[in-house]
Amino acid sequence: MRIVFKTDYMQDIRPWKDGFQLSLYLILLAIAVAAPYLLDIFYLGELTNVLIWAIAGLGLMVLTGHTGQASLGHAAFLAIGCYSNVILIEQGVPFIIAFPLAGLLTGVIGATIAIPALRLHGIYLAIFTLALSILMDDVIVLSEPITGGVAGKYIAGVDLLGLTIDRWGTPILFYWLTLAITVIVTLGYINLLRTSLGRSFIAVRDSEVSAQAMGVDIAKTKTVSFGLSCMVTGWAGALMGLYSGAFNNETFSVVISIQLLMMIVIGGLGSIHGAFFGAVVIGFLPQFLSIAKENVSAVFGGGSVAIPGLEFGIFGMILILFILFEPMGLYGRWLKIRTFFELFPFYRKDMFKRQKSYLKTERLR
Amino acid sequence: MENLQLLISGLANGCVYGLIALGFVLIYKATEAVNFAQGDFMMLGAFVTIGLTNTEYMGLPFMVALPISIGLMALLGYLLDRFVIRQMFGESQVAVVILTISLGFVIRFVAGLIWGHNPQTLQNPLAGKDLNFGGLVLGMEDVAVIIVTVLLTTVLFAFFNRTKLGLAMQASSQNQLAAYYMGIPVKRVQGFIWALAGAVACIAGILFAAKGAVDPNTGLLGIKAFAAAVIGGFGSLPGALMGGLIVGVIEPFASRYIAAGYSQVAPYALLLAVLVFRPHGLFSQVRVKKV
Amino acid sequence: MSLLEIENVTLKFGGLTAVDDLSFSVEEGEVFAIVGPNGAGKSTVFNLISRFYDPYAGSIRFDGHDLLQVKPSGVAAYGVARTFQNIELFEHATVLQNLLVGRHRHRKTNVLSEIFFTPSARRQEIENREKVEEVIDFLDLQAYRDKMIAGLPYGVRKVVEVARALSTDPKLLLLDEPASGLSVEETTDMRWWIDDIRRQMGITVLMVEHDMGLVSGVSDRVLAMADGAKLAMGTPAEVQSHPDVIEAYLGHAA
Repeated sequence: MRIVFKTDYMQDIRPWKDGFQLSLYLILLAIAVAAPYLLDIFYLGELTNVLIWAIAGLGLMVLTGHTGQASLGHAAFLAIGCYSNVILIEQGVPFIIAFPLAGLLTGVIGATIAIPALRLHGIYLAIFTLALSILMDDVIVLSEPITGGVAGKYIAGVDLLGLTIDRWGTPILFYWLTLAITVIVTLGYINLLRTSLGRSFIAVRDSEVSAQAMGVDIAKTKTVSFGLSCMVTGWAGALMGLYSGAFNNETFSVVISIQLLMMIVIGGLGSIHGAFFGAVVIGFLPQFLSIAKENVSAVFGGGSVAIPGLEFGIFGMILILFILFEPMGLYGRWLKIRTFFELFPFYRKDMFKRQKSYLKTERLR
Repeated sequence: MENLQLLISGLANGCVYGLIALGFVLIYKATEAVNFAQGDFMMLGAFVTIGLTNTEYMGLPFMVALPISIGLMALLGYLLDRFVIRQMFGESQVAVVILTISLGFVIRFVAGLIWGHNPQTLQNPLAGKDLNFGGLVLGMEDVAVIIVTVLLTTVLFAFFNRTKLGLAMQASSQNQLAAYYMGIPVKRVQGFIWALAGAVACIAGILFAAKGAVDPNTGLLGIKAFAAAVIGGFGSLPGALMGGLIVGVIEPFASRYIAAGYSQVAPYALLLAVLVFRPHGLFSQVRVKKV
Repeated sequence: MSLLEIENVTLKFGGLTAVDDLSFSVEEGEVFAIVGPNGAGKSTVFNLISRFYDPYAGSIRFDGHDLLQVKPSGVAAYGVARTFQNIELFEHATVLQNLLVGRHRHRKTNVLSEIFFTPSARRQEIENREKVEEVIDFLDLQAYRDKMIAGLPYGVRKVVEVARALSTDPKLLLLDEPASGLSVEETTDMRWWIDDIRRQMGITVLMVEHDMGLVSGVSDRVLAMADGAKLAMGTPAEVQSHPDVIEAYLGHAA
């Protein structure tokens, strides 16, 4: 175990523990930047997809992981981000303005939607957002003149500072753009968590009563959290639109909403790492399954039979196992393994033991 | 006359929603958990019955298959509680929501594996028979659905408000620890309620499959039923049924009088309105929690 | 003018009168205790001051401000901090983070400066940290600084709650049963801390407490309540020997 001798408050306030940890993350970043030279084009595309999901996951993590407000409707905000980005570009707004604007717009819409939702707790908020997500599908169809309805919309490459960024034409540039946005969002998130606002989010999540007593305005905090969450999700949506090139009302269905929430649960609620871990699972599970299926059919024969719903079935199974046995998600597992090696041989099994408690009703709230 | 016809078919649909909603409310009332897989329970119940009765599967007589499938679903509900849900004792509601959503995925996958993805109908004694009231044509299935639903709701309502066990269940949901101290076997009560919810879901599934076709994705109907439960008020059994009826009736009328696309939109728009203006449903009384 | 003035406050839950025409005032610099049997409405008085409940009638004034005009989250801004009977800490955060939330009312930065971590945000963080460290030193919490609340023993949580309230830099500290569930040693510590909070930090303390040893040890004045109404008020000795108080605790003499 590394013991850090602290002589300055900045050592606690800065995001890294010591030079060793900082260099680990810098190496990771360097590998990420160099990825186009290390991977073939197919896997680079998959990695881009993972990063986009990670951004969306970060967006939802702010709201669900740190503010404790479960949303089953974030696909609606992916859609708003995606559509507003493309519509702005169609109106002749350059990408470099359209993209941030799309996120801001989504954030404002999200914060506005939050206002009626503020009174709703736990399960009711989940239902509220679920309904939003279902309605979004129909709203897109019904507002066909703007959104293109069922036929959907197309977007080829976009122009950024004279460079054409296109998922198919210039996949490396597209990857770097996504990586840059991921890094920016992550840094902003880290800053948020080490300042007042992030702590007030956590306060609202863990105890609204005492957050109020400490002077945290619950309604305002939740609204800001909704706004920030939706803004980031909107950016992810805009990138998803560029990534897929074509989208319609069904692209951002309620299933995506649910998948997004499940993703951050698998990754680990309440941590930035969790969003990334979850995105890796979501992004690579389909590849992994298809490879596994090929191997199985190679041994047992049977050819490549498509099994509908397999992906979701397996995904559901994984999630059940996680919630039962590792509710802190992959990040929690990672922490345990790390602690095991750091404390070796003094690690005890009950160090991360969950406290069992009886549930008291929230119904009379 | 056309409106009346719309109303009746809406009511029959609404009854199925109401029955699924009833399952939600049962579990919520007794355990404060929300079972998002209730719709998939219904779908599974329908398929189990189809598997037992339909001639291309086991071909048992309908009246023999009925109790077997209800019993099987009740057993499944009990086992789920025993081995999965009980592990979540005292965890947050949202964790249970995510767990049950995943459960729904798994059930849908398994049902697809066993029964395939083509829509199937249940062969039943009432199929194809109509009742004719002076120009008003009612399918026998629709009538059966309405009667069964009303009966079931009445029985369950009486059970919860009149019997000792029912009251014990309500108590255990409001404060598990206090209920435990009062000598209520909280865990056994939970197991029972999940079994009951499984049985109710199976009945809903049978009624649904008798009226129309089911396929594994029918389980997604649960979301609509869920909206119904919330519209009616999550803590109240008659409220759930009313919510189901409202959603069932609103759908055909919205598509008849506004536009076809709106039959999907209307229930959820109503749900949003209810959540904003009466967050705890149209038919519930809620007090403020004491700190 | 007193620091806290409660005048003719009445609160009803449905048919039940939880607080019945209660008046008292807390002077600056004193330790004021409220005692009474369970259900007497002591915690309800705290919740009224915290603005969790709206009184049916009466007025609550703090330091010249009408508290009934502010939101629950606005009470802290005037310098009122509190602890809770059943410990309401932020479970999945560290002790340090919990205490830093206490600094929230001094926040001067906005969303943007925090997301970009501008020099002003950085200065504020260091300043917050310095204030919090004073409290940590004062209550001997150094060993627990980076520990999660969820893993802490009950006694430490009680102290962390007091520390979090002190981090807000309050004028008035409301302690809701600070000694309940504590061991004898921990109660003695709490007694000296309350004394120090008043003497060294100059903070007025209003507390609800059952432990009469603690009450008579630290408080200047005591209010005894029963059924939401005032029973007796005075020095600890006066209140303890008051016949109505004895009756409320022990029942009617046969």
